[in-house]
Amino acid sequence: MLLKNTYNEFVKILSKPRSYLGIGALTLLIGIIIFAMKVDGNSIVSFVTASFEQTLTFNGKVINGNLITFIILQMLIVHIPLLVALVTGDLISGEAAMGTIRMLATKPISRTQIVLSKFIAGALYTLFLTLWLGLMALGLSHLIFGSGDLIVLNSDGIVILPENDILWRYGAGFAVAFLSLLTVSSLSICLSTFAENSIGPIVATMAIILLFTIIGTLDVTVFDSIKPYLFTTHMASWRSYFEDPVPFASIKQSIIILLVHNVIFICVSIIGFNKKDITS
Amino acid sequence: MLNETIIKVEGLSKTFGTFEAVKDVSFSVQRGDVFGFLGPNGAGKSTTIRCLLSLISPDNGNVSLFGKSFKNERKEILSKIGSIIEKPDFYRYLSAEKNLEIFARISGASVSKMEIQEMLEFVGLGDRGKHKVKGFSHGMKQRLGIAQTLLHKPDLIILDEPTTGLDPQGIIEIRNLILRLKNEQNKTIVLSSHQLSEIELIANRMVIINQGKTIIEGSVSELLNSQELVVRLETDNIEATQQLIQLNFSEAKTTLISSDSLDVSIHRDRVPQLNRLLVENNIGVMAIEPKRKLEDYFIKTILS
Repeated sequence: MLLKNTYNEFVKILSKPRSYLGIGALTLLIGIIIFAMKVDGNSIVSFVTASFEQTLTFNGKVINGNLITFIILQMLIVHIPLLVALVTGDLISGEAAMGTIRMLATKPISRTQIVLSKFIAGALYTLFLTLWLGLMALGLSHLIFGSGDLIVLNSDGIVILPENDILWRYGAGFAVAFLSLLTVSSLSICLSTFAENSIGPIVATMAIILLFTIIGTLDVTVFDSIKPYLFTTHMASWRSYFEDPVPFASIKQSIIILLVHNVIFICVSIIGFNKKDITS
Repeated sequence: MLNETIIKVEGLSKTFGTFEAVKDVSFSVQRGDVFGFLGPNGAGKSTTIRCLLSLISPDNGNVSLFGKSFKNERKEILSKIGSIIEKPDFYRYLSAEKNLEIFARISGASVSKMEIQEMLEFVGLGDRGKHKVKGFSHGMKQRLGIAQTLLHKPDLIILDEPTTGLDPQGIIEIRNLILRLKNEQNKTIVLSSHQLSEIELIANRMVIINQGKTIIEGSVSELLNSQELVVRLETDNIEATQQLIQLNFSEAKTTLISSDSLDVSIHRDRVPQLNRLLVENNIGVMAIEPKRKLEDYFIKTILS
């Protein structure tokens, strides 16, 4: 029954116009970034590397597919949570608003299975969105700019990664980025369990991300103890794969914290939905 | 098997915050019954029906369906029930056929595409299967709701206000559908409705609830036959009519309605005598119309 309802959920997601909004927006934004880099990429990169040019000489193609993909990821990974929440925040509350939740809850399927099938469908949609971002960014930028070594600027300085040492980092980076987005998906489905319309969970998800991000960036001692446990602190962990050496211990910790958040959100949703009186 | 109890509700109560929606509701439904579930707005009908379908957990009382309780055998119970609660809501962005496929997939029974098409034909939507539900009228959604209810061939059908918001044509269509289910498929049907005439026409047993409590439960014919008949008389001399009735039928109660009509509460066996009396006294009788019995019974019961 779980598989059957997961299939149902996927049919519903694929039939909703809003599901294609994220894919369309990503495609458009990737296109705009690639166009901008093609037209004015040299001056943008020169502006960033200017401070190093007195001590370092850059040879070869600095602007290449790997750099453009990194820039795209850096710019878009912040906005994708909204595109994810737009679909997943509607999965349960949208049914309540439409009234179909009554029909669903009177079928011989347990409420736990209803919630789990929505989580699985939400996860598949999030995976598809992450893959779309990755394949479009890597494919298009390599097609237009070709390949080359990747120069990454971080707080410690610059890291130069050789061309043949990059693809696995993108693979691992996308996997962690997917886990971060999955946490957003789980949060919005969790909020969706307690709402009767889809706007509330979508706005609330974004508000929570914004609030936690602000807490994470504030240099206030009071927040220091909670910062490591906020899921937003770990949403940029994908970037750690582009450090040299890769801080695997800190990435592992981020993965654990994100997984724990997912489990908590799923459990809260299941308990909440099982106890909920369906009055809509 | 006809005496098998399909639904048994005992001392059901449910409170939302400080509002007691249901205080003490008890009734039972036997196999093959078309059971009318009556009550004024806010009586607790929908809350009770939602408890019957495990949409709402009752605070107190017992609900058993097919002799089983939701605690242990929820899936098994729900696989035998088809229901429409208040109004049938569907995925507006999907076609009628896709909607039925979605609900069939989780109905616990194997339903083929051909059976879905047959069901659409049964409810008169055979040519609208590929159309998106967002273009459907309320009546069409109600019919699709009934199709969804019957897809997995349930033993028990629960219809909560199935004719709400329908035009007279739609009401007749739904009534005929329910009658077909009763006559052709011998289903057990629980029908909650404001349309008292619908219950009177279709149901064999009923319960009336008010302010969250069971007021009366029993056979429709027995409950209504124990009451006097109310007939509306239209004559060419209403004052003389009233005087004649008061002189000759001491047990009858009259209520003047207008300058040419009055209601008479009288035993049904005395109606021919009443008619003869008026004719013999040269009073022109334009109409003798029995009023809906259930309507009067319902109002009397609720007011008492």
